[in-house]
Amino acid sequence: MQQRRGISSFFFDRLLPVGTVVAFLLVLWYGFAMLLNAPFERDQAARANAEISTSQLIQNTLSQDRPVLPAPHQVADEIWKTTALKKITSKRSLVYHGWITISSTLLGFAMGTALGILLAVLIVHSRVLDKSLMPWIITSQTIPILAIAPMIIVVLNAVNISGLLPKALISAYLSFFPVAVGMVKGLRSPDLMHLDLMRTYNASRSQVFWKLRWPSAVPFLFTSMKVAVAISLVGAIVGELPTGAVAGLGARLLTGSYYGQTIQIWSALIAAAVVAAVLVTLVDLVSRIVMKRMGMVR
Amino acid sequence: MNSGILVTALVFWAAAWFANNRLARLQLAGGPAAQTVNLLIPTLFGVTLIVLWEGITVGFNIPSVLLPSPSMIWERITSSVDILWADFYQTFMKAVLAGYAMGCASGFVAAIIVDRVPFLRKGLLPIGNLVAALPVIGIAPIMVMWFGFDWHSKAAVVVVMTFFPMLVNTVAGLGASGAMERDLMRTHASNYWQTLMKLRIPAAMPFIFNALKINSTLALIGAIVAEFFGTPIVGMGFRISTEVGRMNIDMVWAEIFVAALAGSLSYGLLALLERAVTFWHPSYRS
Repeated sequence: MQQRRGISSFFFDRLLPVGTVVAFLLVLWYGFAMLLNAPFERDQAARANAEISTSQLIQNTLSQDRPVLPAPHQVADEIWKTTALKKITSKRSLVYHGWITISSTLLGFAMGTALGILLAVLIVHSRVLDKSLMPWIITSQTIPILAIAPMIIVVLNAVNISGLLPKALISAYLSFFPVAVGMVKGLRSPDLMHLDLMRTYNASRSQVFWKLRWPSAVPFLFTSMKVAVAISLVGAIVGELPTGAVAGLGARLLTGSYYGQTIQIWSALIAAAVVAAVLVTLVDLVSRIVMKRMGMVR
Repeated sequence: MNSGILVTALVFWAAAWFANNRLARLQLAGGPAAQTVNLLIPTLFGVTLIVLWEGITVGFNIPSVLLPSPSMIWERITSSVDILWADFYQTFMKAVLAGYAMGCASGFVAAIIVDRVPFLRKGLLPIGNLVAALPVIGIAPIMVMWFGFDWHSKAAVVVVMTFFPMLVNTVAGLGASGAMERDLMRTHASNYWQTLMKLRIPAAMPFIFNALKINSTLALIGAIVAEFFGTPIVGMGFRISTEVGRMNIDMVWAEIFVAALAGSLSYGLLALLERAVTFWHPSYRS
C-alpha cells in the first residue's frame, strides 16, 4: 500500500471514504423514507378515490406532517427552526432543552470522574479495598443501572431533591466506573524499575503518587474520560424521561413519542448525537493539549 | 427509632472490616486456600453492605417508599415469583436474547466485510466509532413506533445498540494477529478463508468476547429502557415504571434484583465461555 501524506492523505483516507459512506446512508435514508411513508399516501389517495402519480407520491412522502420516517431535509429544517429561529429561552427551542441536558451531563460527569479517581486511589493504596471493593465495582456494572434511573429520580423527588441533581447523580453513577477501572490500571502502570528507582530515592508514598503514579496514569484517565462523558450523556437523557417530561432532550423524545411527532424525535436524536460528538471531541482536545504539555505525544 | 438493630449492624460492620483486614494481610502461596480467601473477602464485603442497609433502614425507620429494607425486598421476591418470571420471560427470553443474537451476529459479519474492503474500513470505522459513543438508546421511541408495542421493537433497539460495539471490536481483533503468524500462513499457501478461520478469527476472540460482554449489559439496558416508551402489560421495564408510579418501591427493587441476577449470570457465563475458547491467551495461562 502506498503512503499518502498531508492534504492528499486527508482527502483519500478520510474525506472520500467517510463522505461516500455518509452519502450512501443519506440515499438509503431517503429511500426508506419514501418506502415507509408511501402506504399512508396510497391510503389517502384511495380514500379520496383519486389516482396518484408516482412523482406526486414521492413528493408527498417527503413532506408529511407526521411521517413514519421523516426525510433528512425535514429533520434539518426542524432543527434549523428550533435552534436558530427560536429565542433560546423559549420552551420550544432545542438549544434550551439541549443546555439543560448538557448541564446535568457535565455536573454528573465531574462528580463521577472525581469519585472514580478517588476510588482508584484508595484501591491502589489499600489491599483490603482492592480485594473487597474491586469485584463489586465490576458487578455493579452488570446491573442495568439505567433501568432504575426513573426510580432514583422519583424517590429523590419525594425527599425534595429535584432539578439538576438527581439526573446528575445517575450520570455520575454511570461515569464513575470507566474512570475507576481505567485509573486503577493507570496508577498501576509504572514499571517496576521506575518504582524501584523511587524507592532508592527514599520517596514517600505521596511523592511516589504525585511524581510517578499520577503522571503515568494521565493517558488512562483521558481515555476513560472519553467513555465516561459519552455514557453520562446517556444517563442524563434517560434521567429526563420520568420527570414528567419537563425539559431536556430526553423530555423532547418522550413528548415526541406521546404525540407521534416523529420529526421532533428525530431532531432531538440528532441534537443528542451532535452534543455527544462535541463533548467527546472536547475531552479529546483537552487530552491532546495536556499530553503535549506533559511531553507525552504519541 | 430502633437502635438495637442499628447497633448490631454497626458492630457487624466493624467485625467484618477487621476480619477483612486480617484476611487481606494473609500471605498465602496460592492454591485453593488463596482462592477461597479471594472469594471470601468480596463476599464478606457484600454481606456487610446488606447488613448495614438493613440496619439503617430498620434502625432509622426509613419509610419503605424511599428505601425498602433487604428483608422486605426478599419477601416481595418470594411472594411474587410468578409476576417476576413473566416479566423476565417477556423482556429477557424474548427481546434481549433475540436482539442480542441478531445484533452480535450482524456486527460480526459486517466486521468481516469491512475488514475485507479497505475503502469501507476507512469510511465505516470512524462512523462506527462515533455511533458507539452516541446515546443510541434514543432510538427507542422510534422503534416502538415502527415495530409496535410487543417485544419486536425492544429486540430492534437491542440490535442497533449491540451492532456497533461488535463491529468496532471485531475489526480491531481481526488486525490483532501478528505479521509473523500471517507470514507463516502464507508460507503454508493458505488462502484468505483458511487464514481467516484458522488464524485471524481465533486471534480476534479476546476482542470478540470483550464486545459480547459489553453487549450483554447494553442489551438488558436497551430492552428495559425501550419498555418505558410503550409495552404490553408485562415486562421488566413496564413493571418498573408502573410500580414507581404506584410507589411500590419494593417491587421495583425486586425487578432490579432479577435484572442484576440476569446480568451477572450472563456475564459470568460469557467469562467461562471465554476461558474455554481463549485458553491460549496469556492472561489465562498461569
